[in-house]
Amino acid sequence: MASVDTLHVGSVSHGHDHDHDHDHDDLPWIRKYVFSEDHKYIAKQYLISGILWAVLGGLFSLIFRLQLGFPNADLTWLKPILGEWIQNGKLDPEFYLAMVTMHGTIMVFFVLTAGLSGTFSNFLIPLQIGARDMASGFLNMLSYWFFFASSVVMLISVFLKTGPASGGWVIYPPLSALPQAVTGSGMGMTLWLGAMALFIVSTLLGGLNYVTTVINLRTKGMTFSRLPLTIWAFFITAIIGLLSFPVLFAAALLLIFDRSLGTSFFLSEIYIGGEALHHEGGSPILFQHLFWFLGHPEVYIVLLPALGITSEIVATNSRKPIFGYKAMVFSIVAIAFLSFIVWAHHMFVTGMNPFLGTIFMVLTLIIAVPSAVKAFNYIATIWRGNIVFTPAMLFSIGLVSFFISGGLTGIVLGNAATDIQLHDTYFVVAHFHIVMGSASFFGMLAGVYHWFPKMFGRMLDDRLGYIHFWLTFIGVYLVFFPMHYMGIAGFPRRYYSWTGFDAFSYTGETNELGEAIIKFADMNQLITIAAIITFVAQFLFIFNFFYSMYRGRVASANPWKSNTLEWTTPVNPGHGNWPGEIPQVYRWPYDYSKPGAKDDFIPQTVPFSETPESNLPNEVDE
Amino acid sequence: MNSILIFVSVSLILAILFLIFRIGILTNVLKGKSDQQVGSANTINAFLFVVVFVLGIIGFYLSFVHSSKYFLGEPASQHGVETDRLFWIIMSVLTLAFLVTNTMLYIFPFVYRYKEGKRALFYPDNHFIERIWTIIPAIVMTGFVYFGWLVWSDIMKPASDKAEVIEVMAKQFAWQVRYPGVSDNKLGAYHFRKIDATNEFGIDFNDEKSFDDFLPTELYLPKGKEVLLEIRARDVIHSVFLPHFRVKMDAVPGMPTKFRFVPTITTKEMRVKNGNPNFNYELVCTEICGRGHYAMRFPVVVVEQAEYDEWKKKQTPWAQLNAEYVAQKTTKELKEKYLKLNGLPVVAQPEMDSVKVDSTSNNLQALSVK
Repeated sequence: MASVDTLHVGSVSHGHDHDHDHDHDDLPWIRKYVFSEDHKYIAKQYLISGILWAVLGGLFSLIFRLQLGFPNADLTWLKPILGEWIQNGKLDPEFYLAMVTMHGTIMVFFVLTAGLSGTFSNFLIPLQIGARDMASGFLNMLSYWFFFASSVVMLISVFLKTGPASGGWVIYPPLSALPQAVTGSGMGMTLWLGAMALFIVSTLLGGLNYVTTVINLRTKGMTFSRLPLTIWAFFITAIIGLLSFPVLFAAALLLIFDRSLGTSFFLSEIYIGGEALHHEGGSPILFQHLFWFLGHPEVYIVLLPALGITSEIVATNSRKPIFGYKAMVFSIVAIAFLSFIVWAHHMFVTGMNPFLGTIFMVLTLIIAVPSAVKAFNYIATIWRGNIVFTPAMLFSIGLVSFFISGGLTGIVLGNAATDIQLHDTYFVVAHFHIVMGSASFFGMLAGVYHWFPKMFGRMLDDRLGYIHFWLTFIGVYLVFFPMHYMGIAGFPRRYYSWTGFDAFSYTGETNELGEAIIKFADMNQLITIAAIITFVAQFLFIFNFFYSMYRGRVASANPWKSNTLEWTTPVNPGHGNWPGEIPQVYRWPYDYSKPGAKDDFIPQTVPFSETPESNLPNEVDE
Repeated sequence: MNSILIFVSVSLILAILFLIFRIGILTNVLKGKSDQQVGSANTINAFLFVVVFVLGIIGFYLSFVHSSKYFLGEPASQHGVETDRLFWIIMSVLTLAFLVTNTMLYIFPFVYRYKEGKRALFYPDNHFIERIWTIIPAIVMTGFVYFGWLVWSDIMKPASDKAEVIEVMAKQFAWQVRYPGVSDNKLGAYHFRKIDATNEFGIDFNDEKSFDDFLPTELYLPKGKEVLLEIRARDVIHSVFLPHFRVKMDAVPGMPTKFRFVPTITTKEMRVKNGNPNFNYELVCTEICGRGHYAMRFPVVVVEQAEYDEWKKKQTPWAQLNAEYVAQKTTKELKEKYLKLNGLPVVAQPEMDSVKVDSTSNNLQALSVK
């Protein structure tokens, strides 16, 4: 393969020549397979944890979807698993809320933050910038194990008799502060807060490492303007995380004080369970400000890595340079900056000062501009390409579709005037599940399909990948698109049932049997069935993943004919990534289909002096 | 027995699928297809994008038609007309953008699918076109922000003195409303420490403005008049949602909020408009508040001004319905005033001894029964 032949060995500019590729084999197995400090191994640990959490998070959503789609079904068959949470064949309403809460928490933090950023930042940063490993392998190892500890604590909370946290993933106090208000706010909430504290530590350790590594350990010639867009995305994501997660930590800490030490940061004038509580002077809205100061950047912590991955995959498989590289970088930076100053658009109807609402509306809608630039640049990249539909490419196009569909509805939600009616309805559920949930999820899947050969030295099965994509892609739209309609009809979210309200049930129509037709009962049923099919389709992927890990076709060194550095390593890179010296970089990573060039790709390690036939006027080796 | 049968058959099916999968791989290896970079699957996938797009657009249209008859219909408030109009204008623009971008996104993969020997166009950037698609969204957003700001600041402007003030209080899991009463038309004070099983609002009866406040079981609103809802919660956060009026505002413990609006369609008119003789407006909770979040319904009735005034006059003040309770809670000086206000005999009481208190409350009870 061209990329291997031209592996160009330059002197490594950024000293730090670990060279522990030879002594790695001597490590005891516990340091090799459990407490590993190798970034590739840690990435796989994150990925497999993420997959396990995704199955659980998806399963939880099916439990509450059963209630919404088939409200009259007898769920006694679930009693062996759910025990007392099933009463008289019905799901307990509090457990319903617990499932909604855990689904959100797991998906946002454990799957799309740890599973996505943790996997690909760890895996790709050293490989794509030309580093032997992360700046600190030890902190990196700690980062995973803090995440693991957090997972264990969160998992334990699911099995509590009083149930896990059930105040929504946003855990607004006073609901989350008072066990009298909902039983999940007892031990379940304590464990939730403990787990999140551990999780934040993990994120900060990881983030510090990513930022340091990108800044300090780039190989010779790997200037910032030659970084693949994946690295730009991971880099900026890590910075957002470092700046916003500590604020959630502060909020969680103050909430712990309110819960356990009797302080009144978020609690005031409460009468519950037949008594007036002593709290006075706190503000529940203060918590929301602190929460969303993380909560909104978190959306981009989840989404930006997925967009970075997509940029790389779309360019590679369109056999075209990414359109507007500089604009893409600028958009990532602009989105990241703006993500810090839009948080209160989640709070238009909390009673905050209307002028503040105006400011946040303006700032929020500005974010649509860099987002639109990104969407247009993706479309321009596939325009007049020579597109190879690998499963990774399919998932990337799916991501762009979700990014557009879900992003557009954000414009109407970000408008304070129209948000009044839509706030906390299914319109919001539809919006963020498409733009943040599904898009990021597709980014993660695209990444796995694309870099699986580098991770395990084998290929995933394509055909299973195609079926997986089409089932999931259509499934996601069937699940979330109808929710827009329900939102416009005013259906509030986190409802166990809507039949208590004429506004959300009465249609005036009857079916052939003379029974009243319930508003959107058909849609809810469709959504639940689509969700079940989509969930089951993921097992195609899981089977493919574990099967191909051992029995898949053996990969070549550069199966996608890609330009980036990771494909210059051996098929199964050892500790330290490159057996010899780290290759030097001479060009940007998107020289695909360059006019005059022999192949339709020129890896970053090929100097301009070797490609006189395709060089642009200003392209000379420094 | 049944479950064993299901288990066995599912396992069998999975085993068969696995065999087919394995055989497929082996035949591909034999045919040498697995070494090929791009096979026939590429064209199929490219074509599927077009199929899914066309079916998707048809589905989009049909599902919209099917669902739109279940939308909330004509807004029953002045500002609701504005927000609805803004919503549908923005949505139309967004739908247009959605169709244009998605058409490209689904058609390009088919048109520019891999072809042997073809070269993609090396086209890394074009500042002109990039400027265009930065500026156009920016202009559109400016328009949205401007009109959004106009509507938003109109909705959020302070209520006039003439507004009909009604207090809405949320608790787990019910709503309660308090009207200022006809004598003074002012809501009495409250304090959360005064809440108990009887006095759920925590009404302060040391404040004489409380004496004529009444707590009906329906939220009555006058048509065409400015209404100011003063909203609070006493345990966790709830959210007042009047879907037909396009009204939403959180109810926060310790931080009263408000929402001003003008109802424009009476319940009777709405019943005719949507052909449902049993139609009723509803008050709904839209902030997760615990087990009964989905069950916080409160009926809302809009009537003509004259009927509204009449209805108000017919309401009995809470203090009168709970005279004994009030007599215990109010101060000595106010008690006389309170009794007078309700047309009760005032007994001069130099000292509050228990016997006399009892006699007073008997009188009061007798009166409230009458």
